[in-house]
Amino acid sequence: MHTKSVAQLVKGLRERQFSSVEVTRAYLDRIDALDSQYNSFITVDEAAALAAAGGADERLASGTANALTGIPIAHKDIFCTDGVRTSCGSRMLDNFVPPYDATVIQRFKSAGAVLLGKTNMDEFAMGSSNESSFYGPARNPWNTDLVPGGSSGGSAAAVAGLLAPAATGTDTGGSIRQPAAFCGITGLKPTYGRVSRLGIVAFASSLDQAGPMAHSAEDCAFLLNTMAGHDPLDSTSSTAATEDYCATLGDSLEGLRIGLPTEYFGEGLDVATGECINNALKELEAQGATLVEMSLPHSALTIPTYYIIAPAEASTNLARFDGVRYGYRCENPVDLHDLYSRTRQEGFGEEVKRRILVGTYALSAGYYDAYYKKAQQIRRLITQDFMHCFEQVDVIAGPTTPGPAFALGAKSNDPTSMYLEDVYTLAVNLAGLPGMSLPAGFVEGKPVGLQLIGRHFSEARLLNVAHRFQQATDWHLRTPDSAKGGTL
Amino acid sequence: MQWETVIGLEVHLQLATESKIFSGSPTTFGAEPNTQASAVDLAMPGMLPVLNEQAVHYAVKFGLGIGAQISKRSVFDRKNYFYPDLPKGYQISQFEAPIVGKGSFEILMEDGSSRTIGITRAHLEEDAGKSLHEDFNNHTGIDLNRAGTPLLEIVSEPDIRNAAEAVAYLKALHSLVTYLGISDGNMAEGSMRCDVNISLRPMGSTTLGTRAEIKNVNSFRFVEKAIHHEFQRQADILEEGGKITQETRLYDADRDETRSMRSKEVANDYRYFPEPDLLPVVIDDIYIESIRESLPELPADKRSRFTAQYGLGPYDANVLSDSRPLADYFEAVAGECGDAKIAANWVQVELLGQLNRAGGTIEKCPVSATALGQLISRILDNTISGKMAKQVFESMWKGEGDADEIIEARGLLQVSDTGAIDAIVNDVLSANAAQVQQYLDADEAKRKKLVGFFVGQVMKLSKGQANPQMVNELLAKKLI
Repeated sequence: MHTKSVAQLVKGLRERQFSSVEVTRAYLDRIDALDSQYNSFITVDEAAALAAAGGADERLASGTANALTGIPIAHKDIFCTDGVRTSCGSRMLDNFVPPYDATVIQRFKSAGAVLLGKTNMDEFAMGSSNESSFYGPARNPWNTDLVPGGSSGGSAAAVAGLLAPAATGTDTGGSIRQPAAFCGITGLKPTYGRVSRLGIVAFASSLDQAGPMAHSAEDCAFLLNTMAGHDPLDSTSSTAATEDYCATLGDSLEGLRIGLPTEYFGEGLDVATGECINNALKELEAQGATLVEMSLPHSALTIPTYYIIAPAEASTNLARFDGVRYGYRCENPVDLHDLYSRTRQEGFGEEVKRRILVGTYALSAGYYDAYYKKAQQIRRLITQDFMHCFEQVDVIAGPTTPGPAFALGAKSNDPTSMYLEDVYTLAVNLAGLPGMSLPAGFVEGKPVGLQLIGRHFSEARLLNVAHRFQQATDWHLRTPDSAKGGTL
Repeated sequence: MQWETVIGLEVHLQLATESKIFSGSPTTFGAEPNTQASAVDLAMPGMLPVLNEQAVHYAVKFGLGIGAQISKRSVFDRKNYFYPDLPKGYQISQFEAPIVGKGSFEILMEDGSSRTIGITRAHLEEDAGKSLHEDFNNHTGIDLNRAGTPLLEIVSEPDIRNAAEAVAYLKALHSLVTYLGISDGNMAEGSMRCDVNISLRPMGSTTLGTRAEIKNVNSFRFVEKAIHHEFQRQADILEEGGKITQETRLYDADRDETRSMRSKEVANDYRYFPEPDLLPVVIDDIYIESIRESLPELPADKRSRFTAQYGLGPYDANVLSDSRPLADYFEAVAGECGDAKIAANWVQVELLGQLNRAGGTIEKCPVSATALGQLISRILDNTISGKMAKQVFESMWKGEGDADEIIEARGLLQVSDTGAIDAIVNDVLSANAAQVQQYLDADEAKRKKLVGFFVGQVMKLSKGQANPQMVNELLAKKLI
């Protein structure tokens, strides 16, 4: 049952081959049996999950079900869930139980999906390895000595380890795509504004975007159908019409023009990873796509630009965690200053503090023009690079990451080398574009991700390209050995 | 040395929207602590602001009211600082691109002179909550009901030269914003709060001196006192050859002094940057014009019209146009009785006198404008004398009925019957033969005095009901 895709589960539930309670029970049992290997969940509320599954079964029986009714889904612990602890991977929110649902959660609930549990993540979504989590690192099901990537590492590991058929993640600079690549699953970061940010603990408001993580593009399309849409309570959410993202999955790739930015295939890219990507591109070419060499000239400025803007926004987004109203509060503060400084000193981890300091500095009087303002100007240039390319191509393709998953601890003491992990993914967030990662092969048993980048609101096209690729390949169907145990 | 005071005012005006500027919580004053604070106001994780269009509408209305430039694209920024009653750790405000640009308006001084005060800008922002330092056993309580209340911060040019002008500016501003209906202007409830920037310079100098900013001066009277105090403090320092420190000072009304706020409280780098959770506010000409069309007649225009249309003097016109309800009341009285000057006099002297004594407002006045107009009509048609009308007014105030009912009930009808008055006059003249003789022998000045005496006697006998004009005419005929 656990190896079934979302699409198969949808069909099985419809045809009453099994109930939502049975499916949910199966995944809960697997979490129970196997998650000690991965540490992919922070919170699992079995009783609530089974109750929701029971409700879904009633809907299925009464004929009021919709596509996702009864499907268990794991959510990154950054989405606020009514009555369920939402930690954001931080000691700061270890005790925080929101009295409200994020819009994304609300949408899944009204669709009848089952909230399976809350997944591990880098603290406040800041990290590329899931090692900054207060709850300890999640591990990569392909090799538990490796990181699963981050920040949505728990969601990627849970799906890869078959502990959930699908999961949600958020992506501020690659946090869906990079862990999807590392764990051999499919993940989509939609266009900025496509999915509501309401109820998602904010990291960098102008970059954050939630998206689906699953085995296949088809499964991602199922989830996106529920997630996407305007939210009047998120002023940055788009009013552009949504589509049925499942409808065009099978469209032909004949005539598709795929741009290959030279900057994404140059120095820094692991050779074997590059070969996987090239093979994948050949497959797309075989289906009728044309490959076009092109350039994103401001690529080299992506990392510094991102690491000004994201920390700047984070530094003020995280100011609300002050020990006054909710969350962690230090013991016996002697005065206000002590309350603030010890609460934040004790409640935040190293990486979060580092980014708050960097961001505060970048916004300070006398530095604002040189850093934040300049970064915003470069951000426009980076966006223009993409717009220019999209005049000639429909989709841009390249590697999701410079190389496959690395060992736990390998980069945790070297922030700048960690930041390089996101060299191919950051620009997509800066430009607000949709991007996805899909399995494209293995290097020494470690998955490799192919990244696809599209025009604003071209999610359907990206999913179509990915689906056609997956129709011809089986990388996304491979199962790690560690996940083969515990089968019911 | 002669010092010139240079004053600029920053007024924080609470806008009279029903809900907060970025959340749906109500803005009603005086509710139980934290009962009007939603997850957005509490800055719960993941919560996002949504701009209240009404606040934008009111800000534009204000801008049009002072003839200012309205920005078709304005931007919200985050102003970052830590304080327990600032839940997000930043205030959403407007820094580089405020919604209202340069404008100006006229203030009228008590001596009838007027001055134009420039407005530098006005921008939208959210209010903070309140820290309550009492009743918490050495702890501080936080009430977030006020957090997120929309404010329009109105910054004046340093065009104000003394306390009287500052007060006149605030009164004119108060009048304007209540006319526009964008604020209740209730200073006691903090709807209009004022920071005073003040510096001194030698008379005749054109460069600005170093200023101090006095925070939270929240009544007209305190503004006056704080300016007087701060003038003296700065003058004393300068006279002794000292230098003014640029700083923020707090006005202590109890001690009538300003004192420096600890540098810790003010040494902030606010790290302003555009609020990424909100889109820029973009408005078009159609929107602006539709608001312009909805503007009421503003105080200055009304003042001019009262002068031109009713022939009122500038002082009367100013008093009567001070608030919209009063102006409306006056115009209704004038319309009812047909004599604007007498109406103006009655409204200012009798009506406002009674209201002040009773501590009431024009909105809750027990005598309607129509009723007062009818009363004045009874003077004009000689039914009663002005003196009697005042008694009738007192009775109307007490709710004893309308003018005609009271006149009827109390038998106050003025006697204008020539025969009846003639008889009384004859009685008075025959009963006071000596005075009649004195009159006939007297010069013009003495005669006037004696006429007064005869009139008084007639009025006494008629119990005040004789028409004084007719009495005078009859006496003049008979005393030859």
